[in-house]
Amino acid sequence: MGKRKVPQLNQSSTADISFILLIFFLVTTSMDTDTGLSRRLPEWDPEAMEQEVQVKKRNVMTVQVNKDNEVFVKHEKFEGVVEPSQLKDLAKEFIANPENDPSLPALEEYDIPGFKVVITTVKHVISLQTDRVTGYDIYFKVQNELTAAYNELRDAWCKSTFGKGWNDCNDDEKAFAKAMYPSKISEAEPKQYGSGK
Amino acid sequence: MSKFRSNGKREMPELNTSSLPDLIFSVLFFFMMVTSMRDVELRVQFTTPSGTEIEKLERKSLVSHIYIGPPTKKERLALGSGTRIQLNDVLYADPSGVRDFVRSERESMYEHDKPFMKMSLKIDTKTQMGIVTDVKQELRKAAALNIVYSATKDKQSY
Repeated sequence: MGKRKVPQLNQSSTADISFILLIFFLVTTSMDTDTGLSRRLPEWDPEAMEQEVQVKKRNVMTVQVNKDNEVFVKHEKFEGVVEPSQLKDLAKEFIANPENDPSLPALEEYDIPGFKVVITTVKHVISLQTDRVTGYDIYFKVQNELTAAYNELRDAWCKSTFGKGWNDCNDDEKAFAKAMYPSKISEAEPKQYGSGK
Repeated sequence: MSKFRSNGKREMPELNTSSLPDLIFSVLFFFMMVTSMRDVELRVQFTTPSGTEIEKLERKSLVSHIYIGPPTKKERLALGSGTRIQLNDVLYADPSGVRDFVRSERESMYEHDKPFMKMSLKIDTKTQMGIVTDVKQELRKAAALNIVYSATKDKQSY
């Protein structure tokens, strides 16, 4: 018996096989990134929750969304039912208090660490209350409008202080703008008011 | 003249395709690396709201998902159309499973990533706030405080 040569494997189909694998991964890949509104929940601390926090009346803006998905805004200067689209301007006026109105949050000196002393409404609180049957849709719209108010104020502040918009600021400048207008949305437990139970 | 005329048929040289599989393999490996397969099959259906102030979530490995909405058509025969919370592959009618879910998600993360864990809440727009708040309270008890209301970007500003 002579030496028999091992026949070469035909490799021309390897490319096709890997093409099929490639297409499979292309199809199943989800490159889309998740987007949304970020929030930080307050810590769960039963002792601290029992203590009533005393806040001056002028520092509080209450936003209630009732079971019929109506938005009711109340602070010292304004009280009434509003459209969600009006909420942004109301919140902006409340947070910034540009004319130092005595019925809007007090303007106080506040030392931004690493920056300088600014005059701002550090103690303002936006209290957001919902009913158990309030729709998530309207709740999200309200959250979005309140975020928009903060974002626009920060953007305007960045422009007047650093001469550039929020998007062009570096991380430090963004942190200063956040300290200038800290997001203070406090959420109460949903109440059963007006739901007839 | 005949000096310049080629004699005989001239053949087109064949392209060497022996490296083609390697090329495609490298592309394939790239896609295998960046792919993150959808880890759960959705058993609830939801349309997330849209807003103007939406941010991108940066690191996918830090994010866990909680889905809230009515069961899909396939599940509806057995479960009805009431709002359900989906954690991994299990549907819950109340938020009692949230704490265990957070614990197991936290355990599967690297130690240095644990403080940055984010919960992405994918909630149907027709959901009532009661169940959403219950979930949020459970998340607070489980000390998972970074949350994201998942939503899509709204192009038009109003």
